[in-house]
Amino acid sequence: MPDHNTEMKKVYLYTRFERFWHWAQAIFIILLGITGFEIHGSIKLFGFTESIEWHNTLGITWLILFVFIIFWAFTTGEWKQYIPTTQKLFSMIKYYSWGIFRGETHPFPKSEEVKHNPLQRLTYLSIAVTLIPFQMVTGLLYYTYNSWEAWGLGFLNLTCIAYLHMIGAFSLLLFGIVHVYMTTTGHSIFAHMTAMISGWEEIPDEETEDAKSS
Amino acid sequence: MKRAIYSILVIFASACMVLATVAPILADTSEVAPGRQMAKQATKGKKLWITADHFKMEALQQEFKSGPEVTAACLSCHTEASLQFHKTIHWTFLDPYSDKDVKIGKAGLSLNNFCINMQSNEPRCTSCHAGYGYKDKNFDFTSETNVDCLVCHEQTGTYKKFPAGAGHPAKKPKVFKGNKKTYHPPDYNKVAQSVGRPTRKNCGTCHFYGGGGDGVKHGDLDSSLMKPNKQLDVHMGTDGQDFQCTRCHTTKLHDIAGRIYTNPAIDHRKSLIEDDLTPKIMCESCHTAAPHKAEGKMNDHTDKVACQSCHIPYFARVNPTKMWWDWSKAGKKKNGKPYAVKGPLGKASYHTKKGEFKWGKNVAPEYYWFNGSINGLTAKDTIDPAEVVKVTWPAGNADDGKSRIFPFKVHRGKQPYDKVNKTLLIPHLFGKKETGAYWGNFDWKLALEKGAEYAGLKYSGEFDFVETKAVFPTTHMVAPKDNVVQCTQCHTRDNGRLANLTGFYMPGRDVSKAINFLGWLAVVGALGGVSLHALGRIIGIKKFGKK
Repeated sequence: MPDHNTEMKKVYLYTRFERFWHWAQAIFIILLGITGFEIHGSIKLFGFTESIEWHNTLGITWLILFVFIIFWAFTTGEWKQYIPTTQKLFSMIKYYSWGIFRGETHPFPKSEEVKHNPLQRLTYLSIAVTLIPFQMVTGLLYYTYNSWEAWGLGFLNLTCIAYLHMIGAFSLLLFGIVHVYMTTTGHSIFAHMTAMISGWEEIPDEETEDAKSS
Repeated sequence: MKRAIYSILVIFASACMVLATVAPILADTSEVAPGRQMAKQATKGKKLWITADHFKMEALQQEFKSGPEVTAACLSCHTEASLQFHKTIHWTFLDPYSDKDVKIGKAGLSLNNFCINMQSNEPRCTSCHAGYGYKDKNFDFTSETNVDCLVCHEQTGTYKKFPAGAGHPAKKPKVFKGNKKTYHPPDYNKVAQSVGRPTRKNCGTCHFYGGGGDGVKHGDLDSSLMKPNKQLDVHMGTDGQDFQCTRCHTTKLHDIAGRIYTNPAIDHRKSLIEDDLTPKIMCESCHTAAPHKAEGKMNDHTDKVACQSCHIPYFARVNPTKMWWDWSKAGKKKNGKPYAVKGPLGKASYHTKKGEFKWGKNVAPEYYWFNGSINGLTAKDTIDPAEVVKVTWPAGNADDGKSRIFPFKVHRGKQPYDKVNKTLLIPHLFGKKETGAYWGNFDWKLALEKGAEYAGLKYSGEFDFVETKAVFPTTHMVAPKDNVVQCTQCHTRDNGRLANLTGFYMPGRDVSKAINFLGWLAVVGALGGVSLHALGRIIGIKKFGKK
């Protein structure tokens, strides 16, 4: 859907490694979700034994990738993109719950310097520093159940760990649903999705906008 | 520069991920699981060597007329043998480790739900006593010559004790009414000169016939193990390693490794690597605690699940085993005569002497937490007849740190109990009619009175029948590795093999209904929410257009 009011310009927002880790994590979440729910007994697809082997291998592999992602975020300074802010947070909430239906303009255009709106910053940060580590910790504990006693973790309870891991799984599933839907709210349905593949995002050209409004 | 760093990162990360995925597959190249390899090392090249030929022994050249005479000859060289044997349960029929006053054992007050107890029935039961002349409770347990060396050591296969002969073979050819077979006196010289290490046949002569017949008592021990193939028992298979019982039931001074009532077969689990003189009674003795290939979670099971739980998928795979014995139905006659009915599986489903039977073949075990100790009632213990009485039950639970999930045959049935004293009763079954034996008179009242009197127990005179169950650990008939219990036979929501075991979390079986309900509700909510939101946007675009 071409925009008639504002000139669009293409900016290179997502670098190669950033796109790689995004899609790799997407695959991890999907496959871990499927195999996890099969282990849990909710679905039947690969087979219980196969699901366990895949789930364990995928989990450990993600852990390795996650270390690289953290390393990347700090060496490139990209971590700054995830500093939470309340600035314009309310207008974002207002936009998604009201303005978007009335065709209002997105209150927070993306730029190379600020890739994420305040809602995204909050969501991604809490997922990266809370939910994923939570799943990794509960998952690793689940995996190393037999060694608890030797590690002085005998006070842990498998039921409890399993339930927590399950809660984490549902949380990731919920995030996935909303996240995928939100990618359709760009200036065209697949705009954000395409950007995450190519790295190039179309954003409103502020100069032309400024020229118009003046 | 930046791009170069990214490229290196991507390549490095990819390499790591590939490695993580492929590593387990690469590690899989060794064909034999570590546990098999260890066991093979531990057992390979076993060649027995013997420095004595009993055919040449002077002491065995004399003319023998009875078992005790042979034993005396044995003792002339093996001076300590009987004294050693006297200390073992094969001789005493009493648990050597428990309090003597409680009288745990066949010769004591321990019970089962087959022929219930030996007291007052000795001459029949003691055909499986490794001794001569145990015909009543006054048997001389200090006699050295009454030890029966031959039943465990003779190798001709011709030595047979008469089934109702108190441990003696027949003195002259004699028919046993129970099976209508003729029993001949053994050729004692040949038999005595044949002695060697006990084989499956020696042990099996009694242990395959526990409970009074082939496969009656144990689902994992019956005559099919005399000459099993590997499919039936991967270790004993004559087409494989051809293990004899003593290969695992290692012996010190005639004391044979194995569980005795509440005394576990072994104090703690260890392998030959940790202690080269440890009894080889556990799977782990040779196979170690991490027997499986490294990938997967298999080895992580061994601290909570006994090997037998998965590796004996069904018991009684060749011969049927008794699963139900209802004494209350005994005593019915046809035309005034006792009778028997042949049921499915070629086994009796009714016998006037014993009541109603049910047999099972290829039976899936029941599973319990088990610390190696089996508790049991004695005839003095009080029962609750309102529920199924546990005559024996496995000790242990999920949280004691040493119990593991173990497979059992559970034998159920009905047996007499004292309605006033609330105790299980010992019937006087075998004996002459005049003694009041049930099998002579079919009079429960009399038989129970006589049984109680003999055993020195209180009896009110009022009896009824109560349903009971008894457990038997399943540990023989280990199947080859391609015939094991599959993961999902336990790790499944409903009707899994471990459905009745509670108190621990098992993936695939256990769920939190609350988490699942709320979780899926939230998922449905999220899908509904985004659908409504999308609908709003579609309507919005139509109404307001897109700026």
